[in-house]
Amino acid sequence: MPLITEDLVLLDLAAKDRAEVTRALAERLAAAGRVTDVEAFLADVTAREAQMPTGLEGGIGIPHARSAAVAEPSLAFARSADGVDWGAPDGPARLIFLIAAPDGAGGEHMKILAALARRLVHQSFKDALATAADAAAVVKLVTEEVIDR
Amino acid sequence: MKLVAVTSCPTGIAHTYMAAEALEQAAEAAGHELLVETQGSAGMDPLSPQDIAAARAVIFAADVEVRDRDRFAGKPLVQAGVKQAINNPAELIAQAVDRADTDAAPAPVLVSKVDESAGVGTRLRQWLMTGVSYMIPFVAAGGLLIALAFLFGGAEVASKVNGGTFGGVTYAGVTDLSQLLATAGVPGVLFKIGAVAFSMLVPILAGFIAFGIADRPGLVPGVVGGLLATATGAGFLGGLLAGLLAGGVAYALTRVSLPRALQAVMPVVIIPLVSTAVVGVIMLLVIGSPVAAVQTGLTNWLTGMTGAGAVGLGLLLGAMMAFDMGGPVNKVAYTFAVGTLASGTPSAAMAAVMAAGMVPPLGLALATALRRRLFTDAERKAGEAGWLLGASFITEGAIPFAAADPLRVIPSIMLGSAATGGLTMAVGATSLAPHGGIWVVGLIGKPLLVLLAIAVGMVIAAVSVLAAKSIGRTENPTDPVPTTATPAAA
Repeated sequence: MPLITEDLVLLDLAAKDRAEVTRALAERLAAAGRVTDVEAFLADVTAREAQMPTGLEGGIGIPHARSAAVAEPSLAFARSADGVDWGAPDGPARLIFLIAAPDGAGGEHMKILAALARRLVHQSFKDALATAADAAAVVKLVTEEVIDR
Repeated sequence: MKLVAVTSCPTGIAHTYMAAEALEQAAEAAGHELLVETQGSAGMDPLSPQDIAAARAVIFAADVEVRDRDRFAGKPLVQAGVKQAINNPAELIAQAVDRADTDAAPAPVLVSKVDESAGVGTRLRQWLMTGVSYMIPFVAAGGLLIALAFLFGGAEVASKVNGGTFGGVTYAGVTDLSQLLATAGVPGVLFKIGAVAFSMLVPILAGFIAFGIADRPGLVPGVVGGLLATATGAGFLGGLLAGLLAGGVAYALTRVSLPRALQAVMPVVIIPLVSTAVVGVIMLLVIGSPVAAVQTGLTNWLTGMTGAGAVGLGLLLGAMMAFDMGGPVNKVAYTFAVGTLASGTPSAAMAAVMAAGMVPPLGLALATALRRRLFTDAERKAGEAGWLLGASFITEGAIPFAAADPLRVIPSIMLGSAATGGLTMAVGATSLAPHGGIWVVGLIGKPLLVLLAIAVGMVIAAVSVLAAKSIGRTENPTDPVPTTATPAAA
């Protein structure tokens, strides 16, 4: 199963806070059968977020969790025009990546997620995502940059 | 510049790898070589001991405890959270480079750093150097304290503390340490501290040779073996043997596979117990008596030599002083000379022994100053201390060199010391003091000629060492110990 598909991409998200954005993305994952229990998964994500917010400078939020409620390693992506506060010191996050990892995920799956995380610090990758025209372009970008590298 | 980093975060999915990538990019942009160990969920790809040894500084970008951080002990360290590494990696790289540059002074650290893939000869040398590098601070601390005691209290302070005849006066010595300050003053206290630090030379040497071979399990049998080498008078050569033996025994024991139930008590009970018992029995029963027998034989032989001519006796005493520097052979020569002093008359043998005993540290100090590239970092530091140690007749200052490379160093310094001993006898110099080196020059008969004899021996020793070290070895030996100064900040 691919890491991300078009139905896991929300390009014009109107959600106002972290919880709303995360829930919107988590529900997409659930709808795709990747998350088996939205509430349990959200609890795990929130717990991680409570340790330290996952917002990064440059308008990035990367909520994530390893959770028993995850069936497949997945990435859900949201873009917010107004931005959502994600705890970063320099302002709200406009690109939000929800990373879902199954609790007992094997090394291969985790390697893909690690590769994704590594791409996230590249400005060119972030710029391309910020300007991607549609969900298909986002999926194509992630697939090219992460999976096929 | 070579750097290493560890990144780690609570979930081990995202920040660990983002921080790693950000740091790698920033390092590359700044022209540095960075290897990152990501302690995340995608499996560990640990840094090799060689990578860590080669790195000038370490970056921990971690929100959770770095695993196995002992591996980095003593390296210049920059610590930050993973977010800091992601948001501002260039800053962390710059800090690490800065730390590496400011923390240049090398000091040994508590990691085992022997190259697993090296040949037997190289590994033997690395094991010995591991022991030596831990011993050197003890040589420096003990030697310099004793030298300071001589400087402030006169060299008779040693006799005041230990008892003995000095300059015709006999001292009882201090047996009750609460009377130390009253009897021997502040210099006496300094001397005692220095002497105690010195008593740890051989145990530390043996302990860390064994540590180099077998890691932590080697330490106990090594240290105890070293203490027994001292107790039986086997000296640092006995210590080398104890260290190698202890390392071998401990290493073998860690390879024994036992039933599960016993495995749990292996590291805390069985390995320490068995290894220490085996090494202790060998040191006490197998090494102890031959050492004593050799000492008796040598003493008798020396006593018989008295008729054989002064110069020959001087050559022999000199060579013996340099052979094991505080070990059994050295002790025989020294005790023989002190015996000739007991009557309180100026002694020619004492002058020869003292002058010859000053030569090894001085000769090696000169050698390290002349050809730094032939010595490791640790040895260069020992060489700097060697000037004062040699001048104070603290022959032990040469042990680090002899322990690291006995076959080349010991014959070379024996040559130099023998020459000095022979020359001192030939010119008819004498001494009223059993110790003190340059500080008791007033108690030496014909002091200028003695100084000349020492200078000649020093040059002979230095030239011989350099020649020996140039044979069959490439220059610039690698220090097996990662040499940095800052202890890990945790």
